[in-house]
Amino acid sequence: MMDAVGNPQSILLLGGTSEIGLATVEAFAGDRPLRVVLAGRSGTRLDAARSRLEAKGCAVELVDFEAQAFDTHAAVVDKAFAAGDVDVAIVAFGLLGDNEEAWTDAAKAVELAQVNYTAAVSVGVSVGDRMKAQGHGALVALSSVAGERARRSNFVYGSTKAGLDAFYTGLTEALRPSGVVVTVVRPGFVHTKMTEGLNPAPLSTTPEAVADVIVHAVRTRTEQVWAPAPLRFVMSALRHVPRPIFRRLPV
Amino acid sequence: MTSTAGETRTLHGWGRTAPTIATVVTPRAPEEVAAAVTAAGSRGIIARGLGRSYGDPAQNAGGTVLDMTGLSTIHSIDVDNGIVDLDAGVSLDTLMRRALPFGLWIPVLPGTRQVTIGGAIGADIHGKAHHVVGSFGNHVVSMTIVLADGSVRELTPEGPEEELFWATVGGMGLTGVVVRAKLRLHPVETAYFKVDTEQIDNLDDLMRRQTEDDERYAESVSWFDAVTTGDHFGRGLLTRANHATLADLSPKQRRDPLKFDAPQLLTVPDVFPPGMLNKLTGKLFSEVWYRKSPTRLGAIQNITQFLHPLDIAGEWNRGYGPRGFLQYQFVVPEDRGDVIRTVLSLVTEAGQVSALNVLKRFGEGNRAPLSFPKPGWTLCLDIPIGRGLGELCDELDRVVLAAGGRHYLAKESRTTPEAIRRGYPRLDEWRKVRAAVDPEGVFASDMARRLELI
Repeated sequence: MMDAVGNPQSILLLGGTSEIGLATVEAFAGDRPLRVVLAGRSGTRLDAARSRLEAKGCAVELVDFEAQAFDTHAAVVDKAFAAGDVDVAIVAFGLLGDNEEAWTDAAKAVELAQVNYTAAVSVGVSVGDRMKAQGHGALVALSSVAGERARRSNFVYGSTKAGLDAFYTGLTEALRPSGVVVTVVRPGFVHTKMTEGLNPAPLSTTPEAVADVIVHAVRTRTEQVWAPAPLRFVMSALRHVPRPIFRRLPV
Repeated sequence: MTSTAGETRTLHGWGRTAPTIATVVTPRAPEEVAAAVTAAGSRGIIARGLGRSYGDPAQNAGGTVLDMTGLSTIHSIDVDNGIVDLDAGVSLDTLMRRALPFGLWIPVLPGTRQVTIGGAIGADIHGKAHHVVGSFGNHVVSMTIVLADGSVRELTPEGPEEELFWATVGGMGLTGVVVRAKLRLHPVETAYFKVDTEQIDNLDDLMRRQTEDDERYAESVSWFDAVTTGDHFGRGLLTRANHATLADLSPKQRRDPLKFDAPQLLTVPDVFPPGMLNKLTGKLFSEVWYRKSPTRLGAIQNITQFLHPLDIAGEWNRGYGPRGFLQYQFVVPEDRGDVIRTVLSLVTEAGQVSALNVLKRFGEGNRAPLSFPKPGWTLCLDIPIGRGLGELCDELDRVVLAAGGRHYLAKESRTTPEAIRRGYPRLDEWRKVRAAVDPEGVFASDMARRLELI
């Protein structure tokens, strides 16, 4: 159960090796023991994630999760809820891909769409169903500012995040009467393995900083947040910039 | 059977934190309680009274919650022996209005009368008279309880089922649903108190005075200022009283000595933004509260003035804004009075503002394994939810537990299962009694899950 100051007792991280996801679990863990379920592709990276959280005093359980194996998702989520209530679930898996490759190679484009959008929708339905039944829960989805306005340099990824964002924004309303708070997080450029080697955009941030934003949002039951916060206003302005100007901007 | 059909509702405690969804059923008779208990699904069932617990003991996410206020009959009042037989959903307020005209007084009254009999038993509540009369369970002659299998039992404090009786006292509703009880009330001549109020300008003197001569008074409590620092750190008001006798009253009061006037002058609207209680308003409140009561001995006060000043405003918890607040109440042994000062320093250093700080010396505890009171000092702080509060409370937990203290479950909303295990060494003994009557875990609450009580 979530307590009065917003400390959860259990967290499900879908995308068990996500740097933002792990940083968020660590931020919640603080000096409270947490029960954590890491759902991800088994292997050394997932094992490393487990060790990292165990070092923080978390009790970690691994569940094998393959984003594109849609028909296994319900069973994965059931397994994650088997040991008891899940107070916070974070949908953190995703691929960035190479934009030039993705918009010219159908297989690559479909992979991005399936992992970032279809799989996120699929687990969202299953987790939402379980949280509805338990009468409480916080469901966090990692969207991106890239979904707010498509950019030439990043539009395949952006389009998948736009879809995810719209789905979870709607899910926020649908699950509210059931006591479930859905939070859509829109980070800007985050320095992670996924973005290694790319030129950071303005207002770039770190997984730890995004984690702090997420923790605060869950504690205050906030449904939509940007990381860092000023991006909200930047994106609000950018959305209204005319195309001829927008395409010349260094974003 | 519309009354047991149930409706989906969002429930939270008086602190307005951590809301969850449950199906609320309002039984009108013990049989309907039994029906709801046996029909409870896998998320279980818990009884709820008037929702005055601050945290989550009377909510049950995804399960069933029984609104017990539908069982509200006072069956009889035996004036000669002072025994009242009543339903568990009756409030202390209703009972007082009905019993006082017969010269009968509820010996244990907490800071509000908006508490049901069932809630009073489940939390084994205490009041300003604890050092003399003990807690609520001490005054229960017998109770009727619906168990997990739907069966009904009559429990007494001594007898074949005394273990279950004392596991139910302070058991937070997790042993079964109390549907009816017999209580022993105390005779009084008047509905007034003869009150000594003393302004004391620092914490040490305040505590010394309570140690010296509390026994002379039936009721004793102090409030202190947790905002002012320096020489006046912990300045406070010590209010102690005895029931006034007829001779103490003015001729006008004597015409109607058992008159019970409990006006509710206003209901606080639900419009306050977060952060209403800050350092500035906290200081202002503390100053006004301190100044309003200069030292005065032997004043005759009515029930509302002396016992329940906050009951004048309905729904006063709304004043804290949408994020709510918590109460941090603990008890530490008599010889660890130093913890009070440490806790107070930690709160001020953390920059948190607690406006209502109530300090009292408890007397002897009772036999209930989960009953909160034990001899020593109990302090209750009242703090709005905000950044840093969780860390501060964790820090306070360490100090309190190291001193052999524990938390009050009726106020508790954020500690760890470990802290409860340490504070209540008889927890396992209680669990055993509970498991014997509820092996399937039919009775469950958010608090029970959060603190791993079951």
